[in-house]
Amino acid sequence: MINLVPHLLAFQQSSSEQTPEGSLFFPPKASNFAAESDWLYNFIFWVSTIAFALTIIATVYFVLRYRKSVAPEPQPSPTHSTKLEVIWSVIPSIFLVIMFWKGFELFVDYRKVPAGAYQIQASGVKWKWTFRYPTGAESDVLHVPMGEPVEILITSKDVLHSVFIPAFRVKQDAVPGRYTKLWFEATMPGTFPLYCTEYCGKDHSAMNTTTVVHETRGEFEEWLKGALNPYEGMTPVQSGELAYTRRGCNACHSNDGSANTAPSFQGLMGATREFEDGTSLVADENYILESITNPKAKVVKGFQPVMLPNGGQDLSDEERDFLVAYINSLQAN
Amino acid sequence: MTNTTPDVHYLNCDKGFKSWFWTLDHKRLGLMYMWSVIAAFILGGIFALLVRMELMQPNMGIEENAALYGWSKELGPANLYNHFFTLHGAIMVFLVIIPGIPAALGNFALPMMLGAKDVAYPKLNRFSYHLWLSGAIFFVLALVTKGLDTGWTFYAPYSLETDTAVVFATTGAFILGFSSIFTGLNMLVTIHKLRPDGMTWFKMPLFLWAIYATAIIQILATPVIGIALLMLTIERVLGVGIFDPTLGGDPVLFEHIFWFYSHPAVYVMVLPAMGVVSELLANFSRKPIFGYRSIAFSSVAIAIFSFIVWGHHMFVSGQSDLVNVVFSALTFSVAVPSAIKVFNWIATLYKGSISLDTPMWYALSVIWLFGIGGLTGLWLGTLGTDIHLHDTYFVVAHFHFVMVGSAIFAFIGGVFYWWPKMYGVMYNETVAKTGTAIAFIGFNLTFLPQFVAGSKGMPRRYFDYAEEFASYNFWSSIGAMTLGVGLVIALYALLKSLMGERKAAPANPWGAVTLDWQCTSPPPPHNFDHAPPVDGPYDHELVRWNEDLQGYEPVDPVDGDPNLARMGSAKLA
Repeated sequence: MINLVPHLLAFQQSSSEQTPEGSLFFPPKASNFAAESDWLYNFIFWVSTIAFALTIIATVYFVLRYRKSVAPEPQPSPTHSTKLEVIWSVIPSIFLVIMFWKGFELFVDYRKVPAGAYQIQASGVKWKWTFRYPTGAESDVLHVPMGEPVEILITSKDVLHSVFIPAFRVKQDAVPGRYTKLWFEATMPGTFPLYCTEYCGKDHSAMNTTTVVHETRGEFEEWLKGALNPYEGMTPVQSGELAYTRRGCNACHSNDGSANTAPSFQGLMGATREFEDGTSLVADENYILESITNPKAKVVKGFQPVMLPNGGQDLSDEERDFLVAYINSLQAN
Repeated sequence: MTNTTPDVHYLNCDKGFKSWFWTLDHKRLGLMYMWSVIAAFILGGIFALLVRMELMQPNMGIEENAALYGWSKELGPANLYNHFFTLHGAIMVFLVIIPGIPAALGNFALPMMLGAKDVAYPKLNRFSYHLWLSGAIFFVLALVTKGLDTGWTFYAPYSLETDTAVVFATTGAFILGFSSIFTGLNMLVTIHKLRPDGMTWFKMPLFLWAIYATAIIQILATPVIGIALLMLTIERVLGVGIFDPTLGGDPVLFEHIFWFYSHPAVYVMVLPAMGVVSELLANFSRKPIFGYRSIAFSSVAIAIFSFIVWGHHMFVSGQSDLVNVVFSALTFSVAVPSAIKVFNWIATLYKGSISLDTPMWYALSVIWLFGIGGLTGLWLGTLGTDIHLHDTYFVVAHFHFVMVGSAIFAFIGGVFYWWPKMYGVMYNETVAKTGTAIAFIGFNLTFLPQFVAGSKGMPRRYFDYAEEFASYNFWSSIGAMTLGVGLVIALYALLKSLMGERKAAPANPWGAVTLDWQCTSPPPPHNFDHAPPVDGPYDHELVRWNEDLQGYEPVDPVDGDPNLARMGSAKLA
């Protein structure tokens, strides 16, 4: 019944590295927290299972032993017993205190970011994550070096989101207007899912990406260098296509003409656009630029004005040029 | 035999729509609540099944769904799915589980358990029901206009910017809140003022203690959700900057105010369920409940603790670390009285004479289901494990075990228990038990796999998921359909008992000695001609089985009324 061979969801970027399998109850243990968190999970599991088994065994035994056909009349028995009641209050309480204390200790580890941790900023916007590294590089997939404490400073541009990396056993909400943080030390190279776990509207379940753990610092640095200018050596249209996914335009705008949360980019240039206020115009480069920087200026009929300026991203002038070039290239069939 | 169905009773004493709609009779109001709640439960259940249908297989993208369900591509399945789970949650919480036991069963049974003719404020009681109807109308308005996609939690800022019918829904929930407050107030005053001579606090049936503890929460906590929803509505309409960060507001503040009510609300759902289970276990074991005082005090203790644990819903929300630690510690304090109740229930079975009638099947199911629901709360109260499990399917499974497995199963058990008193008929035990067994298996099949999906990392409120979670979701969906089949059979058993050849119910089919069983089935309009004598609520030796009646009769009947047992030394009032 339980599928023991997990397949990895087809994420936007695939990795050649094999992702290790998890166990029956858990994803792979890929961070410093995993072993301790799973140990505590198992501790509670066994205490609860034994307690549950005892109560159910007692229930079933009593029901069978004292069912009416066997015991037509109730037999005298005490209606209360202070001794018994104290025992079954105190013994569970002892386990509860242990659980609280172990949970508290682990929580302190979760919250105490080691000095000198490598800081990456994460920013959520419907429905995309952007990660910014100290070198100025940005990515939509989280890249981290193995064996080094990494701190993720999290915020949101719009509604509540939450960063959740199951393999690392870490989670923290992204709250607009404030920073939250989490930290971890990856202990295993590979590619692991990263989910949004705070409901954020239509494409909440598509707001996922991956975490790539680089085995050595050198490998990570190599990646960082490439990420600093991802558009190097590309034509403007190619760059625009990359910006389209990298900046999350694809979360709402399709490039194949299909309707989504927002109008499709295909066949946009040169088409006549009808707006909510009754006006219309023929889409040109200036209209597209305006729609990127100030999306609420002209709202296409039948759509909600939900997009933030620049899609909530820090688009450079160059990237806007790339996007205009890319949209221009998406002619109608 | 005067023990049979009377000619004039509360069901037939007055006829017509108006005689029901404007009734002041607590029994009629209880019945109307019950059917309204069942109707809402069916609606919420349909949404649950739609959710499980979507989740049965992974990678059901826009194209596949549009083809499969004929949904319009513009609306999009993700949007529809978000409406389904939101409406499922909102309907089940506000329209079903919160009023379920206190308003439906409480209204029907509580005054009779006190030997009273009605609740303390019958007009307020009717007003509560009319408020429930008004609140339900607003929910239906939300449903048929733009729907609702915020999740039942209405978290800001998403609830401020979505273009769905948030204001209709918050208005509905606001009105339902007042319905709940008035019901709580009525029950509380009724218990204080209408207890008969001889019924001291510790001679009250435990159901009354549970309803009393519930009423405290309803009165003290519900105004806070009213305020929270009012603030949310003001923020949405006027944009004054309470929760919206772009206006200087704080979305985490909404979470605090919301959970300040909504955590105690969990106990508005569970405490009355525990009261019902306590009654059922004692009566079907023919034993006094073990540790009466511990159970009574644990209800009150849970009610008090429930006010100071709300922060455990927010361990990863960004609230301060110190606050997290304090809330974790306080949360564990609720575990102790909950455990005490379960142990006392089991001890009640010891040396009893246990009849396995349908209500008892539900009571025993609740021991299993609440056991799992309660124990899985330990992982979520523990800070170190909650971080991984928070907002995953583990949480979904946990609260369904508590809110459905305990509250709804106890509610249905209570309906089967009081059904002979409500309608004066007995249902077919075999059909009823078949439904119970299928529902129990279906429930476990639905939610046990979700624990594993959650600990493997599947987030909640996802309309699509990774391939690795496919098998858990498949079995969960099969379980949901099984659960649905079981519940339909249970409902069929009840409805069938009213149709065709009816099997008349005796005044006291289960051998209970609480006062609600000391009048005819169905009861006369004013329940009792004179206040019944009172002794311990679980002195089962005061009644004995009578084969002719197919029910229990008093060992020592009071002159002139064969339904009234002469209780110990108590004198007629």
